[in-house]
Amino acid sequence: MTDTSAFDGTAHDAAGEARFGDYVQLLKPRVMSLVVFTAAVGLLVAPVPVHPLVAFASILFIALGGGASGALNMWYDADIDAVMRRTQRRPVPAGRVGPQDALALGLALSGISVVMLGLAANWFAAAFLAFTIFFYAVVYTIWLKRSTPQNIVIGGAAGAFPPMIGWAVATGGISAESVLMFLLTFMWTPPHFWALALFMNDDYSRAGVPMLTVTHGRPATRRHILGYTLALAPVGPALAVSQIGGPIMLATTLVLNAAFVAGALRIRARSDATAAADHYAVEKRFFKLSLAYLFLHFAALLAEAALRPWGMGGW
Amino acid sequence: MTVAFGRDHELHRRRFGRNLGLGLVLAAFVALIFALTVVKVSQGDSLQGYDHAPRPELVPQPQQGGN
Repeated sequence: MTDTSAFDGTAHDAAGEARFGDYVQLLKPRVMSLVVFTAAVGLLVAPVPVHPLVAFASILFIALGGGASGALNMWYDADIDAVMRRTQRRPVPAGRVGPQDALALGLALSGISVVMLGLAANWFAAAFLAFTIFFYAVVYTIWLKRSTPQNIVIGGAAGAFPPMIGWAVATGGISAESVLMFLLTFMWTPPHFWALALFMNDDYSRAGVPMLTVTHGRPATRRHILGYTLALAPVGPALAVSQIGGPIMLATTLVLNAAFVAGALRIRARSDATAAADHYAVEKRFFKLSLAYLFLHFAALLAEAALRPWGMGGW
Repeated sequence: MTVAFGRDHELHRRRFGRNLGLGLVLAAFVALIFALTVVKVSQGDSLQGYDHAPRPELVPQPQQGGN
């Protein structure tokens, strides 16, 4: 999920010293909420029961790992965060937290979260979390973000791993279902992010981030949104007919995919002039729909798992 | 001799919220580790106490059959 917390307004004292809330903000709590939710679904829909406290602790440590990668991202990206309106009030560019403090917090929390997940759950899940942190901090933030307009396509994988880690906590491995949950978030990320880029274009241009809107222009971005939306469409139905799916998931995914594809078609059909005239209303609506799309898919999977003990969920 | 406790240094007042937050996080972490330990022990997860007794898996097993 995109962190759109532009002006959270975390207060700091007159001396400009960091408060506890500034360190919390380094962990990107809004992004963390998506990590918590999808990891929890991955864990709860798995066919192996987990003790509630072990499940709680595991999700907490997965979230902490997500937070650690957020802090590492804020450390490395402080220069471009300072020129983007959306991010210039983050603790590092605003001068409330030093870059070295952000780096130290990110590295320390990375180590703690991985070791603790290994001790609480299993070492496969811990290794998966370590790989995810590495992928987000190094592959996406340090390497891809500034070098290719496909940055968020590949970098989006980092945000898509948490349900697989949750599944790994319960089962100790990977399966077709966990890969499909990964694909759902992975394929969803480009249309979600590019819709945002369409109406936040100035920010990315100013920062020199090679976002697709900057390098290939808006018409190409609109085509890409439609292309990825069509590629995303079969993933939900595949999950619906899998071992963890069911009729609720099938109905949910059919409705959401119909709305999402329709939205992408509308975006594709618009010109820049039309979009500017109504202040990107269609693009903004599509962006909001994308948030609901992902949330409702995972909520439907959770509903199937919750109803299963009563003989109602699943096929 | 009496020790005169002066007022808190300005730094302590300034950082009170931050220190309190960190203290609460650490306390919650300790509580979580304790609760996890209780769960792990009661679930009978593999645990090994190093109490100077020979560990069964380290004792060589007699060869069965073969030449």
